[in-house]
Amino acid sequence: MSTTMVAALNAALRDSLRADANVHVLGEDVGALGGVFRVTDGLAAEFGRQRCLDTPLAEAGILGTAVGMAMYGLRPVVEMQFDAFAYPAFEQVFSHVAKMRNRTGGQMGLPITIRVPYGGGVGGVEHHSDSSEAYYAHTPGLHVVTPATVADSYGLLRSAIASDDPVVFLEPKRLYWSAVDFSPAEVSTAQVPPIGRAMVRRPGTSATLLTYGPSLPVCLEAAAAARSEGWDLAVVDLRSLVPFDDETVCTAVRATGRAVVVHEAAGFAGVGAEIAARVTERCFHHLAAPVLRVTGYDIPYPPPMLEKHHLPSVDRILDAVARLQWEQ
Amino acid sequence: MTVLDDSTAPGLVGPPNSHGPRRDPAPLLPDPEPVRILGTPAAKMFDTELQRELYRRLVLGRRFNQQATTLTRQGRLAVYPASTGQEACQITASMVLREQDWLFPSYRDTLAVVARGVRPVDALTLMRGHAHSGYDPYEHRIAPLSTPLATQASHAVGLAHAARLRAAADPETAEELVALALVGDGGTSEGDFHEALNFAGVLGAPVVFLVQNNGYAISVPLASQSAAPTLAHKAVGYGIVGRLVDGNDALAMHSVLSAAVEHARSGRGPVLVEAITYRLDAHTNADDATRYRSAAEVDAWRARDPLTLLERHLRAAGLLDDAGVAATARAAEDLATEIRAQFDNPPDPDPDSLFTHVYATPTSQLREQAAELAARRDADAYADAAEDEDEDEAR
Ligand SMILES: Cc1ncc(C[n+]2csc(CCOP(=O)(O)OP(=O)(O)O)c2C)c(N)n1
Ligand SMILES: [Mg+2]
Repeated sequence: MSTTMVAALNAALRDSLRADANVHVLGEDVGALGGVFRVTDGLAAEFGRQRCLDTPLAEAGILGTAVGMAMYGLRPVVEMQFDAFAYPAFEQVFSHVAKMRNRTGGQMGLPITIRVPYGGGVGGVEHHSDSSEAYYAHTPGLHVVTPATVADSYGLLRSAIASDDPVVFLEPKRLYWSAVDFSPAEVSTAQVPPIGRAMVRRPGTSATLLTYGPSLPVCLEAAAAARSEGWDLAVVDLRSLVPFDDETVCTAVRATGRAVVVHEAAGFAGVGAEIAARVTERCFHHLAAPVLRVTGYDIPYPPPMLEKHHLPSVDRILDAVARLQWEQ
Repeated sequence: MTVLDDSTAPGLVGPPNSHGPRRDPAPLLPDPEPVRILGTPAAKMFDTELQRELYRRLVLGRRFNQQATTLTRQGRLAVYPASTGQEACQITASMVLREQDWLFPSYRDTLAVVARGVRPVDALTLMRGHAHSGYDPYEHRIAPLSTPLATQASHAVGLAHAARLRAAADPETAEELVALALVGDGGTSEGDFHEALNFAGVLGAPVVFLVQNNGYAISVPLASQSAAPTLAHKAVGYGIVGRLVDGNDALAMHSVLSAAVEHARSGRGPVLVEAITYRLDAHTNADDATRYRSAAEVDAWRARDPLTLLERHLRAAGLLDDAGVAATARAAEDLATEIRAQFDNPPDPDPDSLFTHVYATPTSQLREQAAELAARRDADAYADAAEDEDEDEAR
């Protein structure tokens, strides 16, 4: 059965709503419309408008209301319409969602899932293509998860909703319409991936590409192209930025001795900087070259006609691999 | 003919009125003058036992404020934003709530938290500085004191809404609860305040917003904060009932807040209450209020101290005499003694606890960091012990 990422996410929401009466979906246009990306399609019809609630247009209000709902024992799943439109909710996310468990000495956890369609590559006009993962990842108390495959989008969203901690669930909108043969109905709970484990998507011996979300397909393409240059590249899909899977990442880097981090968010103070630092600290004696980064430039997200220059491409990744000090 | 006249001319009528509710704002509007009971005939109708109880609680509340302020001078509290002068608001905000209800306080509202049954030392934990919050929110049904202004208002909406969803799904366990959110006059300028009112209005959530308008946001007077006719009028734009009350009149506060809470409880929607009051102390012990307000202004409000107003009324009504005043003062001293005793032993927060409750289960990174700190502390303790030994030998 051919399934898109949007359909898999929709199935994950549906199955979560069925499994637990405490799960509630809320956000802008999530009801009759099914969300601007149709991820909540049909949920209001099946579960009623109260469990899939069209809220007023106010992101801080949505998050704050979700906080109160979670305080009372519900499991709100909030949809932020676009990456950049989640910014009005930052105070609620940073000052309350992330801190409530800590502030109350563990007495009040907030099991909120914040779904954020993120990233570029879809020809979006200004404010529709931001990669906002570093803001969330820098905030202790949040889990930050981003699927890169159809199967993971189903499984990780189920895990996020089941988590007793708040999860920022970043959906690469560039991959929304990617389709594979996958049937959510055949996924048993045992197969649902836990939050916090990276996945080796492609084994390799020459160098290791470390990536996540929208950049995974680009990295896999680069790895395929690298074969003709004589490089056998491993590709690791982080899946979860927080908690970070040091173990899988370091094992994969030590095996090749070379690493390139790839993401489309701006490089400066980005998640890639953290990854490069962690890998260097932990794998220094296994490294034949400095850890390199291929990222978006340190610029506001470009207009659609220029975005191809900004996004990490196969060529830029291969150029970075070429700079990994092969002649010694 | 003006453009406006044109649009009402035949053939120029606008689109059908299909864009949502058009409601008569009149029932939502607050009275032009704040509700007062003290000094009016209504005072005679007011339950006498409740009047005495209000007096007792206000006196204890004042003593709590004084004692907490003293604790800052002794360095036993890092900071204390006193609610001196606002005790009628603080006390009634808790008194009108039932057990199943929830309170959403701000940093200024420690007294309201104590009035709902939390031990003073636990209510003051945030200000003492050994933890961010000292009471179990579920035991007392009080959210942690919120410092980011007005951000707790939408939590009250969400919680009240959730309770109604639960009640609809499972009438057996239905709790007819009300959430009461406390906000300051300055806080009403925050976007979060407006979003909370709007959500409450749209969801019809059983929430009461109590704005303690004490005239200032730190140094900024209300005139620089808002051009609204009153802060209670802000309710109207969100389809919410607005009420204006004299926040220094304990009887009026109790009766307006009770009515608001029962209005919300009965499913008739949220209420915004603006209480006109005054912060007699500085913003916090660290503030210098003489930089932005005159002694004459403070004196004028001191004459309208909620305690003075109530005591004067009770004496005139024959409900209180010197003996009653003295007995209440003794109870207040007992409270102060008890608070001091609760603060006798300085807290000794456990550094390991820094890592315990960031997540339900600590991440591997946090386990590493906890181990690093623990090892450092062991090494320090070892070094201290060795140093002590050296000193002993030298002696
Ligand atoms: C979002 C936010 N901005 C600024 C502050 C700093 N601050 C703390 S109290 C305060 C004044 C608040 O005034 P008001 O709402 O009238 O409450 P009051 O202190 O008078 O009780 C300010 C500006 C804050 N706590 N939160
Ligand atoms: Mg104020």
